[in-house]
Amino acid sequence: MTSAAQMRLQTADTVLTVNNIEVVYDHVILVLKGVSLTVPKGGIVALLGANGAGKTTTLKAISNLLHAERGEVTKGSIEFNGKRVDKLSPNELVRRGCIQVLEGRHCFGHLTIEENLLTGAFTRRDGNAAIRRDIEAIYEYFPRLKQRRTSMAGYTSGGEQQMCAVGRAMMSKPSMILLDEPSMGLAPQIVEEIFEIVRKLNATEGVSFLLAEQNTNMALKYATYGYILETGRVVMDGPAQMLRENEDVKEFYLGVSEGDRKSFREVKSYKRRKRWLA
Amino acid sequence: MDILYKIFIEPFVFMGEAPDLLIQTLWEGLVSGVLYALIALGFVLIFKASGVFNFAQGIMVVFAALTLVGLYEKGVPAFLALILAVLVMLVLAIVVERVVLRPLVNQPDIILFMATFGLTYFLIGFGELIFGGNPKEMITDALFLPQGTTELDMLGGMVRFQHLDIAAAIIASIMIGLLAVFFSKTRIGRALRAVADSHKAALSVGISLNQIWVIVWFAAGIVALVAGIMWGARSGVSFSLQIIALKALPVLILGGFTSIPGAIIGGLIIGVGEKIGEFYWGPLVGGGVETWLAYVIALLFLLYRPQGLFGEKIIERI
Repeated sequence: MTSAAQMRLQTADTVLTVNNIEVVYDHVILVLKGVSLTVPKGGIVALLGANGAGKTTTLKAISNLLHAERGEVTKGSIEFNGKRVDKLSPNELVRRGCIQVLEGRHCFGHLTIEENLLTGAFTRRDGNAAIRRDIEAIYEYFPRLKQRRTSMAGYTSGGEQQMCAVGRAMMSKPSMILLDEPSMGLAPQIVEEIFEIVRKLNATEGVSFLLAEQNTNMALKYATYGYILETGRVVMDGPAQMLRENEDVKEFYLGVSEGDRKSFREVKSYKRRKRWLA
Repeated sequence: MDILYKIFIEPFVFMGEAPDLLIQTLWEGLVSGVLYALIALGFVLIFKASGVFNFAQGIMVVFAALTLVGLYEKGVPAFLALILAVLVMLVLAIVVERVVLRPLVNQPDIILFMATFGLTYFLIGFGELIFGGNPKEMITDALFLPQGTTELDMLGGMVRFQHLDIAAAIIASIMIGLLAVFFSKTRIGRALRAVADSHKAALSVGISLNQIWVIVWFAAGIVALVAGIMWGARSGVSFSLQIIALKALPVLILGGFTSIPGAIIGGLIIGVGEKIGEFYWGPLVGGGVETWLAYVIALLFLLYRPQGLFGEKIIERI
């Protein structure tokens, strides 16, 4: 599995390249201090890290939703399918096939599930018949949404809302989805269900995923490659398998350690090393 | 005892004794109610899509009507003037989006509200500069709006229907119907509701807020134009017409700021309530009920049902 994934990483071309970006909020608050990452075509890449590490900001910098929150990319470049996209509006980016699913789902509460899916097709120009066909295809992936198609999204469960948000994004026919914290506030079983669907969409529709996640364990199970962010920097990256087996990752993100708990002094040494790496 | 009789018994006895007068009052109330609803609709459209309470809605009604009449006076044929007035409202929508909304995006609501104050005074000044400040007559004949009255013999008396009022009620109803279909059935209408729900999520699925704002201000401009023509035909086109727009406020409080059916029903309740109140209870306090009754009703609603009759319930999951 590892070698196969690595092979794919090396041979496949990249769909997204983020090159050393800095993000500043409100002209003063430096949030990202030089983040670089790449997503291969058809890959699932995980962006890991604790609260406030800069995962969401990275995703929003790519989808350009930052602008609506008074954030700005001040350095570096972002390329999507080989073209610079850092100055495009979110609307233009969706048109080109890169869409973000926001953290906390953000379904349109007063619209029905089906209307939510239809809004996902806002940028499309290929006619109602094609859109109808795709809605049926979405219902194949998410049978639960079909049952609740006429319910107002605000009254559905958290899991259903997350499915609705992913389905809505799929309706724009994207080649890349930026998925922000899909596991937030959901039962472990539902989280697994959603990750399974992500894997299925990736395999059958060829959609690439960049996945920001705090649930490191789950993310590394489904991703092929991972980046670990801390305070606005990438402190470690590697194939998912490697990260899963790395002692430091196990200790700090997966909450498992072999043998005795590490002493505080070693924790400090790990932090020093990280600072040096960054 | 006597006063209680006058409040609770006498008016109803009177209603029963002269049903023709009751019908007449109800009809007049309905007509002004439909027109209040139309003005309130303009507020609701903009409030839903951009969360801005557009203080300039009242002056937009005047400005639209003034443009129409002003162009006609300058020698433009009536129907061309109508089309030009629609275009002026489109240009206004584009300018407002570019100059007011876009630079102020993400600012607190109160700042946008104040910006619409600025817009109000700009439109007053601009309107006076171009078309002069004198009151004008609405060009009812040139627009083929019917005039005259029909008197119907009913319930032992004569009930009088002004043709203009009938036309106003019909046109306003058609307008409201079209907007309702637009909101619930079309792609843009759906996007408008999506934006009303969550700006952030709407942006994330690729809905362009700038485009939506232009559409919504344009729609509010057209509603203002229709309202301006109808009110103008009844009471002349002048800047004092914007006072009527203030009546939309109690209508909105009654119906809920975010609800189109609410604006319609609220408008009807206020319109009918005013006229009935004035006619039957007015004499008790020496008349003049019409000017304040709406606000008293609104106050009661604010105390007991602040989201209005049909305002969006806040869906909250716990």
